[in-house]
Amino acid sequence: MGEVLVLVEQAAGTVKKVTTELLTAAAAIGEPVAVWIGPGYTDQAGAVLGSYGAGTVVVADGPGVAEALVAPAAEALAALVAQRSPSAVLVASTADGKEAAGRLAVRTQSGIITDAVEIAADATCTQSVFGGSTVVHSRVTKGTPIITVRPNAVEAMATGGGLPARVDLDVSLSEAGRKATITGRAVAVAGGRPDLAEASIVVSGGRGVGGPEGFGVIEALADSLGAAVGASRAATDAGWYPHQYQVGQTGKTVSPQLYVAAGISGAIQHRAGMQTSKTIVAINKDAEAPIFELADYGVVGDLFSVVPQLTEEVNKRKG
Amino acid sequence: MKIAVCVKQVPDTWAEKRLRESDRRLDRESADGVLNELDEYAVEEALRLVEAHGGEVTIVSMGPERAAESVRKALSMGADAAIHVSDDGLAGSDALATSLVLARALDGRDFDVVIFGSESTDARMSVVPAMVAERLGWAMLTFAQKVDVDGTTVAIERAGDGETVSVRASMPVVLSVVEKINEPRYPSFKGIMAAKKKPVESLDIASLGLDAAAVGASGAWSEVADFAARPAKAAGTVVTDEGDGGAQVASYLVEQKLI
Repeated sequence: MGEVLVLVEQAAGTVKKVTTELLTAAAAIGEPVAVWIGPGYTDQAGAVLGSYGAGTVVVADGPGVAEALVAPAAEALAALVAQRSPSAVLVASTADGKEAAGRLAVRTQSGIITDAVEIAADATCTQSVFGGSTVVHSRVTKGTPIITVRPNAVEAMATGGGLPARVDLDVSLSEAGRKATITGRAVAVAGGRPDLAEASIVVSGGRGVGGPEGFGVIEALADSLGAAVGASRAATDAGWYPHQYQVGQTGKTVSPQLYVAAGISGAIQHRAGMQTSKTIVAINKDAEAPIFELADYGVVGDLFSVVPQLTEEVNKRKG
Repeated sequence: MKIAVCVKQVPDTWAEKRLRESDRRLDRESADGVLNELDEYAVEEALRLVEAHGGEVTIVSMGPERAAESVRKALSMGADAAIHVSDDGLAGSDALATSLVLARALDGRDFDVVIFGSESTDARMSVVPAMVAERLGWAMLTFAQKVDVDGTTVAIERAGDGETVSVRASMPVVLSVVEKINEPRYPSFKGIMAAKKKPVESLDIASLGLDAAAVGASGAWSEVADFAARPAKAAGTVVTDEGDGGAQVASYLVEQKLI
């Protein structure tokens, strides 16, 4: 079995959940090798990577790496593809991940598959396309398969592995790689809620919410469940909720364990972003709303009475 | 400032999309072709930048002949000229081949900024802008929710996961913009009439000097092995709220061990 490179995503030194999912996916193809870009690697981070199957961690750092955007990841991975001839490279289907993957594919003259939800031992990928209506199996036919994996699609499985062996890689950024420099970072005001793409529960509101103040009941339910808040395009276009929370074809694609759609009719536009959720609960006044065709459990009724009651029940159960 | 905006014609966002059995490619004939909605934000941002700083906007598109309608739409929003790369040999091109064609069409024309939408609503890969930047050797500023130009410096705010990152680069630069950046204008009647007279340069594989084997289906570096319609979901339970709808959902979630 060859090695499989996994680009680590981290926030302030903490390994993101999606990386543990990638390590699990990588183990199906070969030996996972975690690739850490920039400063901030610690034994704590290493312990997490090791416990999900990384036998080796490559820490790639060098002058200017921390200030440059994405390019260091693409350059370090390209160098590692040349050095270690891995069976595949896995990155998360995130903004940074997709940019790194695109650059890496050109650099290594390799085919690329995006948004895989499952990867077989021969690196054949399963993709869920057109809003989840079609399941596709695809594979890379040239070079080293570069695969981006959708967050929440693969269940991370701890292997009980110990601290991975550390290998250092000096990255000397190319002139092109230094061109875009980070000048500042501001933590988005997320109100302590989980990130939409990574959340295991998402509660979304749509046209039926009726206005910005209506999102109060959506947020209250989300907070009782420890969920992220989403919104349909109708709601974000109307300015009731910020655009970055839009779930749908022109917004984020989510695939949580539980998706609660309140006051959302379920147009294709929205379904494209949430159809692959494991369990879908819909609350809508209109019994004919297409969202009920997708729902595992639906309630025809006023969200302003159903949702607060549900919130109360959830809070009661939490004691 | 010379700005290029790369746009794609895609099946109508609101239409059901399917793959064809024969070649396992997207059936583009069964739905109306429209200008990729997310590209409208890129066109709008380019127009705003030249309105503020002067310059001109060129639309660049690769696609079959009928994609000319989408190129015209972008022109009717206010762009000055267009480049349409069309060739039967390009059908079936993957993202890598598409980026090769676009990079070749863009190279050597003194563009300062190339703007893309964040993704196409059909393939949804989001990788072509990065590939084009890599091929051109230009700086890449992806997923911008705000763009500021000062002289030859381009600064963006980039919506990351849980944080907003400020990034800066010198021209020439490749940008991709997200839908929260602006509100695209509708083409005016005057704009639609004017678009008919705007110059559209037609290019093909030969005039770009590309190797025909490097693009199209034969040049693809990945393939669809097979596909199937997602199995229909078993019909769920739908109840009508009689005053205990919320409690019923809670019981269901407990049964499913979700709470």
